[in-house]
Amino acid sequence: MNTQAVVCNQVLKSFGAGEDEVKVLRGVDLTVPLGEMTFLVGPSGCGKTTLLSVIAGLLNPTGGDLHVLGTALHQLKSSKAVEFRRENLGFVFQQFNLLPALTAAENAAVPLLAANWPLKKAVEKAKTLLDELGLGSRVNARPNQLSGGQQQRVAFARALIHDPKLIVCDEPTSALDEHTGHYVMELLRKIAVRPERAVLVVTHDNRIYNFADRIAHMNDGLVTHVEQNGGMN
Amino acid sequence: MRFIAWQMLTGDKAKYLGLIFAIAFSTFLMSHQVSIFCGLMNRTAAQIDDIVDAKIWVMDAKTQYLDEVKALTDQDLFRIRGVEGVEWAVPLFKGTSRAKAPDGRFRGIILMGLDDASLIGMPRRIIKGNIDALQEPETIAIDQVGYKFFFPNEPVTIHRTLDLNDHTVRIVAVVDSNAPFVNLPVFYTRYSQAISFVGRERNQMSFVLAKAKQGIADAELNRRITAATGLKSLTANELGWETIWYYIKNTGIPINFGITVVIALIVGTVVAGQTFYLFTIENLKQFGALKAIGVSDLRIVGMILMQALIVGAIGYGIGISMTAAFFEAFQSNLDLRGFRMLPEIMQGTAAVVFFIVILASAFSVRKVIVLEPAVVFRG
Ligand SMILES: Nc1ncnc2c1ncn2[C@@H]1O[C@H](COP(=O)(O)OP(=O)(O)OP(=O)(O)O)[C@@H](O)[C@H]1O
Ligand SMILES: [Mg+2]
Repeated sequence: MNTQAVVCNQVLKSFGAGEDEVKVLRGVDLTVPLGEMTFLVGPSGCGKTTLLSVIAGLLNPTGGDLHVLGTALHQLKSSKAVEFRRENLGFVFQQFNLLPALTAAENAAVPLLAANWPLKKAVEKAKTLLDELGLGSRVNARPNQLSGGQQQRVAFARALIHDPKLIVCDEPTSALDEHTGHYVMELLRKIAVRPERAVLVVTHDNRIYNFADRIAHMNDGLVTHVEQNGGMN
Repeated sequence: MRFIAWQMLTGDKAKYLGLIFAIAFSTFLMSHQVSIFCGLMNRTAAQIDDIVDAKIWVMDAKTQYLDEVKALTDQDLFRIRGVEGVEWAVPLFKGTSRAKAPDGRFRGIILMGLDDASLIGMPRRIIKGNIDALQEPETIAIDQVGYKFFFPNEPVTIHRTLDLNDHTVRIVAVVDSNAPFVNLPVFYTRYSQAISFVGRERNQMSFVLAKAKQGIADAELNRRITAATGLKSLTANELGWETIWYYIKNTGIPINFGITVVIALIVGTVVAGQTFYLFTIENLKQFGALKAIGVSDLRIVGMILMQALIVGAIGYGIGISMTAAFFEAFQSNLDLRGFRMLPEIMQGTAAVVFFIVILASAFSVRKVIVLEPAVVFRG
């Protein structure tokens, strides 16, 4: 039984070529265990988002070895990679990226629709989940009728609804005020963290560090050290 | 995913309506202009379509189209009658003259002189009167549009008189004929009368109309007549098309209509393409998010094409209905008779609209395909 969601071994990523080559990841070693919430922190421009994109299969590494849920994601054919993401990954973005034309419930249902669920069934399930996230009364609202914190909770629902094994979040609280940020992280911890699932959060918001089970520190394209953290316990 | 595509499309009302308007506008303009063009071109052959009794038209070898002819001789007529396989052959006079109503209003007219004995070439639809009365001297049949011109706001009756080139002629029948290209009144009379009305030299035979004997194909008879006489012999259909092509090649009409249609095409494509592209650009982040979440490029392309086809179908429906409504509204207008939207024009316009929306969405499709899903993590 594999207990690691992500294993990075000397992962390299550069942009451009020749003179213009920018080495952003310069040999990252990192493991992200299942059942925990791992934070990836570090100064701006050190490569956090790039690493997250590589782990999520949105960018191909230039070198090194990478396994996500036991699969060498970057070696999959692109159609297989899409399928892999659809089944196993949940995404939370800094800017929420909800579809403005869809209601909260419909937005949350998108991963199920992508997996060809019937619309009604998918929206029903989304409503239940939104209810758990405290948005039971706002399921039919559109994103522009929701506050930032509410939108991010809809995004959480969208990341969770298909029960993925790995959830990746990039700066989930940086568009929110401190109080709201705290509240949504608490909620994320409560709902997302499961023994068979890993949550990887990129942030430089040190006000929420205490939600992490472990914190990986990055600097200049490398993970420098990983510390265990209480995880609010 | 179809649900999401539909919601995205209709979620932005202004753009959605703008797209539909652009498509409806170009659909209307294209189908309307092409219909008018076809109607107009069809009119150039109106007098051929009117003559249903004769399938074969014989004319001077150098004749290019219906309206400009070199007279044939009696000799020609006899030789045609002598060709093996000719059931009958009769002379036809087609010329122009000028007529004046009792109240002084006058107008150029088209004068058709039909074989004295058989009156072959008479339109079939008689609205009033009896064409047998044409056997009486100084009589004519007139088409209903001509009648309305000379006697506006008066009921259609017979036995009124007109002055035709200093002959007082009596109307014995009012008939329904196809609108000529220039939309002049059309007078029908006996061949010998027509000659006396125009009062020129004896030789006035514009065409000889003929019919093939049972079992002889028209094309075969045409070959035989040409071989025997050196004259040009065509079926009515062939002469009709030669006439239409003459007008297409020798007038500015096709260019004028062509320009309008091309403008409609360009405006439709550019406006729809532009709006659609903007629409996609604005939703690019959302498409990126869908790609990240695990929606394949193929399905996203499917979503965009579905949006384009919906817009195309609705816009086409509105535009083509407007054209249909236009022709419906003017159906009873005699001056516009013969103008209508052919099914071929509806189908052709649909094909062009399909092309427009596919082209309009092509840029959007490209944009979304090259989009790196990793952009969703960028601010
Ligand atoms: N597509 C790209 N092409 C070229 N350079 C890139 C690209 N993406 C990122 N970079 C560069 O890689 C470096 C790391 O970027 P990244 O976004 O991973 O940093 P980050 O740690 O997430 O920073 P922040 O905390 O500000 O979000 C930056 O110098 C950035 O300019
Ligand atoms: Mg970043």
